Amino acid sequence: MTAPVLVVDGLSARIAGQQVVEEVSFEVAATGVTALLGRNGVGKTSTIRALLGLIERAGRVELAGERIDQLPTHRIVQRGVGYVPEDREVFAGLTVAENLRLAERGADATGRDLVAELFPELVQRAGQSAGSLSGGQQQMVSIARALVNRNVVLLIDEPTKGLAPLIVQDVAAALARAAATVPILLVEQNLQVVRQLADTVVVLESGRVVHRGPAAGLLDDDALTTRLLGVHTERETEDGR
Amino acid sequence: MSAPATRIRRLTGAAWFPFALMVVFAGVAAVLPLLAIDIPGVLPGPSYLPGTLQLLALCLVFSALALSYHLLFGTAGMLSFGHALYFAVGAYGVGILLQRTELPLAAAIATTVALATVVALALGAVSLRVAGISFAMVTLAFAQAGSVLVRRNAWITGGEEGLRLDTDNVPDFLVGVLNTRNVYWLALAVLVLVFLVVIWFERSRAGHVAVATRENETRVRVLGIRPFTIKLMTFVIASALAALSGTIYFVLQSGTTPRATSADLTLSLLVIVVLGGVGARWGAIVGAFAYTLLDQRLTALASSDAVAALPDVLRIPLSEPLFLLGTLFILVVLFLPGGIAGTVRRAATGRRTSRDARERLEEAER
Amino acid sequence: MSTVVLLAVTGLGLGALYFLVASGLSLIYGLMGVLNFAHGSFLTLGAFAGFELTRRLGGDSWPAFVASLVLGAAVGAVAAALTELLLIRRLYERHIEQVLVTVGLSLATVALFEGIWGSDPSYVTAPAWLGETTQLLGARIPNDRFVLIGAAALVLLGIVAFLRFTRFGLIIRAGVENRAMVTALGIDVRRAFTVVFAIGGTAAGLGGVLASHYFGYVSPHLGGSLLIFAFIVTVIGGLGSLAGAAIASVAVGVLQQFANFYWGVGDLVVVLLLAGVLLLRPAGILGKKKVQA
Ligand SMILES: Nc1ncnc2c1ncn2[C@@H]1O[C@H](COP(=O)(O)OP(=O)(O)OP(=O)(O)O)[C@@H](O)[C@H]1O
Ligand SMILES: [Mg+2]
Repeated sequence: MTAPVLVVDGLSARIAGQQVVEEVSFEVAATGVTALLGRNGVGKTSTIRALLGLIERAGRVELAGERIDQLPTHRIVQRGVGYVPEDREVFAGLTVAENLRLAERGADATGRDLVAELFPELVQRAGQSAGSLSGGQQQMVSIARALVNRNVVLLIDEPTKGLAPLIVQDVAAALARAAATVPILLVEQNLQVVRQLADTVVVLESGRVVHRGPAAGLLDDDALTTRLLGVHTERETEDGR
Repeated sequence: MSAPATRIRRLTGAAWFPFALMVVFAGVAAVLPLLAIDIPGVLPGPSYLPGTLQLLALCLVFSALALSYHLLFGTAGMLSFGHALYFAVGAYGVGILLQRTELPLAAAIATTVALATVVALALGAVSLRVAGISFAMVTLAFAQAGSVLVRRNAWITGGEEGLRLDTDNVPDFLVGVLNTRNVYWLALAVLVLVFLVVIWFERSRAGHVAVATRENETRVRVLGIRPFTIKLMTFVIASALAALSGTIYFVLQSGTTPRATSADLTLSLLVIVVLGGVGARWGAIVGAFAYTLLDQRLTALASSDAVAALPDVLRIPLSEPLFLLGTLFILVVLFLPGGIAGTVRRAATGRRTSRDARERLEEAER
Repeated sequence: MSTVVLLAVTGLGLGALYFLVASGLSLIYGLMGVLNFAHGSFLTLGAFAGFELTRRLGGDSWPAFVASLVLGAAVGAVAAALTELLLIRRLYERHIEQVLVTVGLSLATVALFEGIWGSDPSYVTAPAWLGETTQLLGARIPNDRFVLIGAAALVLLGIVAFLRFTRFGLIIRAGVENRAMVTALGIDVRRAFTVVFAIGGTAAGLGGVLASHYFGYVSPHLGGSLLIFAFIVTVIGGLGSLAGAAIASVAVGVLQQFANFYWGVGDLVVVLLLAGVLLLRPAGILGKKKVQA
């Protein structure tokens, strides 16, 4: 077992003066997918944004053995962190091609072929403005922006949120492809997808880690899942929204 | 935390403390004209001389004005660039009423403040359609329109010449250099009045909502309160107080020039409040004194022989008071975000306040 | 008829001036959320730089005129870039404090200009052709209006081309939409801040030299008086929208000229227009719907 790619130690975060993440500690394994779970509003998105320095944070974060908790966001990303934000956040006024071009980090941008292969639709729509795409297509742009570079780790926040079941499968397949080469920290409400992709799970509750372990151990234990996540594993898709 | 620091904080946090401080301040200020206090370098001469009292009275008027701005910016978080407009309405309003009507001074002042309230209600309702930076620009535009009106309509405002005080309906004890100290006391009384109104508003339910709106407008909306109404109310009260200060300014200066309407005055006001410490009532007063005295001293310095003899690189900047004040302002914003009040509080209580001050400032943007 | 044409072209010229100031203001606000009060000083400084140059080279020669435009633009760019690097950057993401610093800078610089050049107007000289008129649809139009309109059009095209075809332009367009996401793609968006300040300063400096020919003189308050109208223009056009700034500049300039000629109340009509726009469309003509009612 190699050393974890990301070590989070006592991470706290504040938004507008309010504590939203409290002393969170967990690790992201050097390979495979680590899922970050928890009920709505528990602080998953905030944890990821704090890792990236997008919100005020305190605590220790190590990426591949080096501390990144004092660095500004762009430096953290330049060290090989790919980010797919919760609500896609594509640049609506830019074309698909411009969105991808903006994301390319010089010599790191080795993933163009992979992106073209995974999302042929984006190649066809390269000249279209991202704002005019469907939700699923926008999510592809958002994921493609992360995959277009060679990364050390990917932080992916609810990539299947609000997507039709068929598209969910496309996205899951794309992430599975990516996970073969780069470790992923994945926030995901769809437990089906979690089961499909995740090796390890970390569960948050009111800003703290309450459970850590192999994915199967949690998802196969119905009572535990219900208690921690408030949902049943049998469910095909999460209803939440 | 050291014991004295805790004690100081408990003392200054008490509800009655601001009043006690005001009583002490007003008491000292009230007897100044009867004493011969001279602070070389700060005051132009002993405190009983009309020249010195005139300057101190100006400090009091600007303190009242700054307190009204504190209500707007510090308490409610509305960054207005047009507050000078209401000060000017006060000054020109009372001047024109005294000249054109037979109203006695007190009635002229009351009428003017009522008028300013109406103007503030109308313009505030329009300006508050937007928030943050847009609000700042829109209030600036309205103030600019006021400035243009004053300069254009010379038949009633005196145009560039300015307007003189018509003393026919002004009580004798307020007229003439020898009565400067009466005007000084009047200014002091008005400052105390403004202070009480500001405290009363801040401690009222509306004041609490205004603060809550500044901190988190969404939360206030959720509670079913319309932030617009509270903001407009704050805007109108602050404007009325500014107009009141303007009327006293007019009496004190025996007139006014169009400079009272200019954006420069609002900017000076901003300098005063930030210099004193945003969000601190006493900061506004201390800032007004510091600014007014500094401005006066720097102007004296600028025209001094010592400066005239310097080489150009030093002479030019030193002979421009606004250059020095502007630079000082930049330095305060960069390095002392809590202003004078914040620095004093930090020294007295050992608590870090610059961070609070910064957060408070940013709240104005939302 | 000829009066109408004259007023329209003159209004367009004035609008061109407003645009040269407002374009920078709007870009800076759009990307950084900063209202730059010192923008008028960049303009004034550019104007004085041009004035000093033509005074030395002889203002009536074309090469000197062109050189003064280039110098004014360059001085504006440098002053703006320095402002961003030395003052604005220290207060990263603290928008109100950034505004306050620019307020302080504008107070200090205007006073400094008064100290150096005095508060009286400094009269500029220009190639004779600029002071002559050209017949257009029966109206005699002062030639400097054409130069002004042409220059503003070129600046507009230049900025649009920059935004469309360069990497910085791409970053700026993306940053206006969502600055945080740009940094989350590994881009140091602060470099783009310096660039927009420099672009805004270039336009303002150029505008300063042109304004000095439009009015015939430079004074320390030249920038400040144009700045207020530029603020109005940016609010009407929609904060952060370049196209909005262009449309609103023309509308305000032309309206102001007509209102001034027929009723002598140009400035007030502009403020009324502002109030009207705010009541009907608080976000401005082309503004994002972010501003709340
Ligand atoms: N901009 C904000 N201002 C104030 N509070 C916020 C803000 N963003 C998030 N919060 C609060 O922070 C807490 C954590 O939010 P966060 O988005 O991290 O949760 P989450 O676990 O990602 O939720 P979800 O499953 O709904 O995506 C919530 O209580 C939320 O209300
Ligand atoms: Mg989330």
